[in-house]
Amino acid sequence: MSVLKFLMNDVLSQPAVLIGVFALIGLLAQKKAITEIITGSLKATIGFLILGAGAGTLVGALNHFSVIFTEAFHITGVIPNNEAIVSIAQEVIGTETALIMVFGMLVNILLARLTPFKYIFLTGHHTMFMAAMLSAILVGAGFSGAPLVIIGSVVLGCVMVLFPAMAQPFMKQITGTDDVALGHFGTTGYVAAALVGKAIGNKEKSTEDMNFPKGLMFLRDTTIATGVTMLILFLISVLFAGPAFVEDQVSGGQNFIMFAIMQSLTFSAGVYVVLAGVRMIISEIVPAFKGFADRIVPDAKPALDCPVVFPFAPVAVIVGFISSFAAGIVGMFVLSAIGVTVIIPGVIPHFFTGAAAGVFGNATGGRRGATVGAFVNGLMITFLPVLLLPVLGALGYANTTFGDADFGIIGIIFGYILKLFM
Amino acid sequence: MLKILVVCGNGLGSSFLMEMNINKVLKEIGAKVDVDHCDLTSAKGYKANIIVGTKDITSQLVGYAEVLVELNNILDIADMKNKVIEALAKFE
Repeated sequence: MSVLKFLMNDVLSQPAVLIGVFALIGLLAQKKAITEIITGSLKATIGFLILGAGAGTLVGALNHFSVIFTEAFHITGVIPNNEAIVSIAQEVIGTETALIMVFGMLVNILLARLTPFKYIFLTGHHTMFMAAMLSAILVGAGFSGAPLVIIGSVVLGCVMVLFPAMAQPFMKQITGTDDVALGHFGTTGYVAAALVGKAIGNKEKSTEDMNFPKGLMFLRDTTIATGVTMLILFLISVLFAGPAFVEDQVSGGQNFIMFAIMQSLTFSAGVYVVLAGVRMIISEIVPAFKGFADRIVPDAKPALDCPVVFPFAPVAVIVGFISSFAAGIVGMFVLSAIGVTVIIPGVIPHFFTGAAAGVFGNATGGRRGATVGAFVNGLMITFLPVLLLPVLGALGYANTTFGDADFGIIGIIFGYILKLFM
Repeated sequence: MLKILVVCGNGLGSSFLMEMNINKVLKEIGAKVDVDHCDLTSAKGYKANIIVGTKDITSQLVGYAEVLVELNNILDIADMKNKVIEALAKFE
């Protein structure tokens, strides 16, 4: 009994170890060589610990930013960043997240096998982010133990097939085949863009016939894009807050401009570390998931990360990003005029989801579809997080939150339903 | 052993998918090559013989590997297979 107790209370309650055990099971099932099994399990465990280290790095910068932003503009500002919020979440709900992630994948395979929704959601980091958000909402609503894991896994498994199914009619139009699906939790934004494009655009006038500078492609580099945006945001904030406040109360005497530079780049360094951790985890978990899925649901369609659609309309990618980001800025001013929490537009969510929304909007409505469709996506990812914050429990006060549209949609619906019942 | 590095913006989704597909192709043709994936920033500090990525990515990695493999469409496995085989031939 004491061995079992030790396993349950001391070993498996460590989310890093739990992830390692899942990786181990997956690698055994794939009949990998013994060295690969050992290194793979260790890598997944270490990846999880790296995640926590990254959180430690970026949280400090984020908290400093929040204090300065509040002093500068007398309003609370939140920067949506999936990596940041998930790394913070892991410190308190890591075990729940790991369990919901793995069992959610099993529910996905079951649904693909038993229902007409033949999708296998292969974007591992989004699965993990969604698992973290569902854990936060369930914990916030007072759930724990088996009910928490069961409800979370079922919801996760369902959204892993429902969102690809929603996007599929448009994916067929974009890629010209029915073999590939979209597995990305920004889907409601893309579908909205496609519907807007259909309503107001003309798909004959494609973005791809436009001459457009491609110089913005450096934004594909996440670390640089995050660093540059944070730098701009930090500099504006310290200038408005003034050197006296920054140097006396926040930086401990460091020059306010230097402080802004170092803190914004530190934040970017933290995100880089978190990404490295996430990469190590999903590299060990996803192949096993795919292996099981291939055997159990041979006719399944792989649902893939949003950049798969970028090559089909590279100009729409740029148009979509700019339009979505513009909506983020407009939305930010609207929110501050209303006087609620301000969602500060982040380059990463606007780049990836704005670009994909641009491609979807272009497929149904050409230039106008790409521009207006991506603008709608930008408004969605600005206003949805405001409504999401209250249902995230303790995580709602983290100065950062989930970025993409589906996190908002699912979080809000699920969170308020739970509130009705609890 | 030869090293292939697959790169995308975040080094999470697309590059990982391409890596899995490349591994499948390598198994098919019986080539023993080390394959890994990462993000654009890390790629510049990585020693690889061949870098694989879409055009917008590889255009920023000129000079960071002996051979660059430029893909137009990450879903087009037949095209990827031809280009990878062609790239590997340069090392024989």
